[in-house]
Amino acid sequence: MPKRKVQRQDAVPKSEPQREAEQAAPAEVPANEAVQAAQAEVPANEAVQAAQAEVPASKEAVQAEEGAAKQPEAPAEPLDPEALLEVRHLKKYFPAQKNFFGKPKTWLRAVDDVSFKIKTGTTLGIVGESGCGKTTLGRTILRLQPATGGEVYFDGKDINKLKNAEMNALRPQMQIIFQDPYSSLSPRMPVGEIIGEAVAQHKLVPRSDLKNYVLDIMRRCGLPYHYYERYPHEFSGGQRQRICIATALALQPRFVVCDEPVSALDVSIQAQIINLLKDMQDSMHLTYIFISHDLSVVEHISDRVGVMYLGSLVEYADTDEIFRNPMHPYTEALFSAVPVPDPDAHSHRIILSGDIPSPVNAPSGCKFHTRCNRCMEICSQVAPKFKDYGNGHMVACHLYSQE
Amino acid sequence: MLFKNKKTTSSDGAQPAKTKAPIADAHYLSVRESRAIAKSNARVIRALEKRKKRTHVSESEYLCEMQDPNNIVEFDDLRTYFFTDAGVSKAVDGVTFSIPRGATVGVVGESGCGKSVTSLSLMQLVQAPQGQIVGGSIRFNMGNKAYDIAKMPISEMRKIRGKQIAMIFQEPMTSLNPVFRIGYQLDEMVLLHTPGCTKEQAKARSLQMLELVGIAAPERVYRCYPHELSGGMRQRVMIAIALSCDPRLIIADEPTTALDVTIQAQVLDLLREIKGKIDGSIMLITHDLGVIAEMADYVVVMYAGRVIESGTTAEIFHNPLHPYTVGLQKSKPVVNRKVERLYNIPGQVPNPIDMPDYCYFKDRCTRCTARCEGEYPHFIQVSPTHRVACYLYAGEDGKGGPDA
Amino acid sequence: MKEENKKDAVAETSVPAQEAPPVEAAEGPAAPAEEGAAIDPAAQEPAEGHAAQGEEKGFLADNVRSLSPMQLVLKRFFRSKLSLIGLATIVALFLFCWLGPLFSPYGEETIDYDANGRLNVTVTEIKIPLTDENGDYVYDEDGNQVTVSVWRVQKSEMLVDTLANPSAEHWFGTDKNGYDVLTRIMYGGRVSLTLSLIVVLLETVFGVILGGLAGYFGKWVDSLIMRIVDIFNCIPTLPLLLIIGSVLEGAGVDPNDRIYFMMVFLTLFGWTGIARIVRGQILSLREQEFMVSATARGLSTARKIFRHLVPNVMPQLIVSMTLGLGSVILMEASLSYLGMGVPLTKASWGGMINDVKDPTVLQNYLNLWVPPGICIVLAVLGFNFIGDGLRDAFDPKAKR
Repeated sequence: MPKRKVQRQDAVPKSEPQREAEQAAPAEVPANEAVQAAQAEVPANEAVQAAQAEVPASKEAVQAEEGAAKQPEAPAEPLDPEALLEVRHLKKYFPAQKNFFGKPKTWLRAVDDVSFKIKTGTTLGIVGESGCGKTTLGRTILRLQPATGGEVYFDGKDINKLKNAEMNALRPQMQIIFQDPYSSLSPRMPVGEIIGEAVAQHKLVPRSDLKNYVLDIMRRCGLPYHYYERYPHEFSGGQRQRICIATALALQPRFVVCDEPVSALDVSIQAQIINLLKDMQDSMHLTYIFISHDLSVVEHISDRVGVMYLGSLVEYADTDEIFRNPMHPYTEALFSAVPVPDPDAHSHRIILSGDIPSPVNAPSGCKFHTRCNRCMEICSQVAPKFKDYGNGHMVACHLYSQE
Repeated sequence: MLFKNKKTTSSDGAQPAKTKAPIADAHYLSVRESRAIAKSNARVIRALEKRKKRTHVSESEYLCEMQDPNNIVEFDDLRTYFFTDAGVSKAVDGVTFSIPRGATVGVVGESGCGKSVTSLSLMQLVQAPQGQIVGGSIRFNMGNKAYDIAKMPISEMRKIRGKQIAMIFQEPMTSLNPVFRIGYQLDEMVLLHTPGCTKEQAKARSLQMLELVGIAAPERVYRCYPHELSGGMRQRVMIAIALSCDPRLIIADEPTTALDVTIQAQVLDLLREIKGKIDGSIMLITHDLGVIAEMADYVVVMYAGRVIESGTTAEIFHNPLHPYTVGLQKSKPVVNRKVERLYNIPGQVPNPIDMPDYCYFKDRCTRCTARCEGEYPHFIQVSPTHRVACYLYAGEDGKGGPDA
Repeated sequence: MKEENKKDAVAETSVPAQEAPPVEAAEGPAAPAEEGAAIDPAAQEPAEGHAAQGEEKGFLADNVRSLSPMQLVLKRFFRSKLSLIGLATIVALFLFCWLGPLFSPYGEETIDYDANGRLNVTVTEIKIPLTDENGDYVYDEDGNQVTVSVWRVQKSEMLVDTLANPSAEHWFGTDKNGYDVLTRIMYGGRVSLTLSLIVVLLETVFGVILGGLAGYFGKWVDSLIMRIVDIFNCIPTLPLLLIIGSVLEGAGVDPNDRIYFMMVFLTLFGWTGIARIVRGQILSLREQEFMVSATARGLSTARKIFRHLVPNVMPQLIVSMTLGLGSVILMEASLSYLGMGVPLTKASWGGMINDVKDPTVLQNYLNLWVPPGICIVLAVLGFNFIGDGLRDAFDPKAKR
């Protein structure tokens, strides 16, 4: 940790302008490059503060924000050409309580100012407990729900600004795989039709080749061809998840959100599905967001990992870095809580007290301060900034900013 | 009308579909077969239900002797079958293991391996009329005598459930009745199983239990409705209810699967702490090897309705013998233990209908030998506590020792 | 049903080709061989990676044969005795109504002019005041006039065989107009069953479209359609239909066309229930992951509605349609009874029961109104049994 401190002090004074870009969208750029590039930059803190000021305090503000897409946008920092997907200050609020006239009184902040970017062909793991907004994040990125604020750039285009028809044309490139393979397959359609219907709709292959194309994708996903005419209810969870993967990959996507794809599966089947996902990533050059609560799986599959707590990213770094050196107290506790399949390994476990607070009225200041075992006075008052402490290791915690 | 899409796909699928159609259809049972299945099912179920429903069964019929008086439960060749429309599913087919007094026995296996059905058989809660215990015995040590639960009539069983054997379920959201207060549900349990207990005594006992499971404000929780509590709190309440009658055995069926990692850590901690305080055994059913490693003293690995390996936790984790146990451990990624590619066991867990008489794992096994074509392997005793059903460890004669 | 049979035939013919008897196939070493042979080598090119390494061997997991979805539904349906009874009743009623008249010597409007020499006898009582020898009227102690009754009997040969008792020629006798009751029941059944089928189909089409729109689009579309449903539910149906009946009569609408108007109005008041069911189902289905997945794959709205949502609503629809048939039959019977249904010369079950308005018929001619009443009861019960049976059969959670 002392090492980290030194790096930070090196970086801060020079790298203001690029810092802004990094905070808005943590870079995938290797560490030394980041430091070099950091030389031509503008104050970062203002940007973060501005972003926080954007957080609507009242319903009016939220409504104003919903309409904000129409307003001329402030000149955005250039997009990273290597990143397939870039998310900036993404917010998704749900009305939690409504007053008599049906106007929302309080908001459930499922995703609250999340920014990151993903380089083509890599995997970003998102971990967090239930209710931290990771599923909502995945769906908002794909515009399956309209975002409340922020931008999602896919291949240089802000998808929230696309018209419906344009979005539909883009959909095949961005796919999603769900957690529950039982409810994500239409129960009254045979497997072949499920896989082929969207392919036919988007005219990806000529009609005459459709069946062969579907059989080919089924084979690549490890499904025997005679499943073509069977119905989903005849299959076990693992087979269904293969069908889901085949369905998504049949559209030749470039980017796939995997929303807890193995959580509902048995251990031996989990390994099959993870290997399948990895094989497909290699052969189709896919970019993944892998959402899961299972840290060991995320560690295995991801290149970078983001830890979410109550709608915000609290830590974001390369997989090796974050698992070797978790900085945020929540990340530490989360990692230590995973049971290790070794009867002799009695690790020092950090047991968090209490439950996750409701995202409707999240704690003030740092959202984690109610459960944090290293809580300080400032934590309950000021929200910590999400800062890079070297090596692209971003953390939102006062423990490090005060030093 | 509903399923006419089946027709349309085969017609627009042109030539290849035609040639393959019969194969796909052979997958389904014909009307004649399914009628035969239904008939034989109905016959068997009727006979079994009749026997179970009898009243006034003399105690001598289900009284038995424990093989080892130090055991709380001994499963002996237990067979629980489900008579389904597709055939007889042998969910538990000859399961033999025992739970020593004061120990935690972990039962591990994938979904459909029969681990839950084993525990439900012990409670006689198998979904009737399809699910029936058709053979074997479950000897339960009552202290001064032992009963064979597999033969007990339902009326007698009620006295054991909850009082002697308590259960913690996977889903804390649905296992508490949402219309009653926590206190009422706790008191109910105490009053039901403690003859001559007054309401005040029951309440005192309930509060004591809530305190035992680490609830900071027992008085407040006592007055709460289940929906006012979080998942972790509910699971604590479930544990309190289970403990309230000082059961000899607690069955924890995936107690932490539905919980978040940080909450799971809390609950596991609690369970471990409580085990020291009470005088009972725990049967822990889970698919998570990590949980087993942390909690259990003995491990039983099940596959397709049979026990394939059992031993102490150290033996199973440090010296796994059955290829399935090995594969299971290798296929789960471990934090801070990086592997390039996960080991994966090919294929799916079979549904135990119409099983052939050879090792059920044979077709998924990477180490199978010519001998595996033979009958289902017997148990081979590797150490006094460790046994495995696999030909790799059998002697020259192809047979291991008899079932131990 | 037809398709089902065909499939069975295919399945059975394919079995000998593989030389494996169906039930025993899974046991013994023959099973993997069968699986192996079943796989077409052409489709099994070496798979890349480990993804497909599995299916070259026959896995035990693939060994189990299950029931096709339709088989499952039929199996659960036929397991219930009541639904079998219901089905048998309805089939019998349909055969009776459509095939029955072929064997009847009478038509719907055939008046039996052959009374077989039955005499029409009228007896009239004539009271003649009693007089004594003086020609004075006689009074009793209470001062009442004493009379003598004389009975006049008039006999004439009947022209029309009306109100005949059940006999070999007229199994259920004839009514006041000399129509054969049995034949009229058959024709009346045709009207009742056809009418209810058409009305229920119209209701369903209407209800699915409006309920589907409300459920799929939500927001103001939903509010608008649901308020219309509420308004329709507030209207007392029967009085309104009676008023409409009178208005139609007043407007001089041909009584023969009245039945079409009736269909329209019954539909108008019946679609709301279906619309509610469809809307509720679609609202819950819309949140299911397979619908989210359909959106993510950019499927068109039409496809989402008609290939994904509607087939999943079908079970509930079929159930509510079957149950609706019974209630439409009842409604038609009530209207016909009240004289608002089919015109007089045409037969309908409700219209036939109308005869009980005459107390003599109610008391003495049970053969006129009991049989059509039984038919109504049978039809309604039959449809309800089938509906209940289907509901259980389609319910995937039913564990029986």
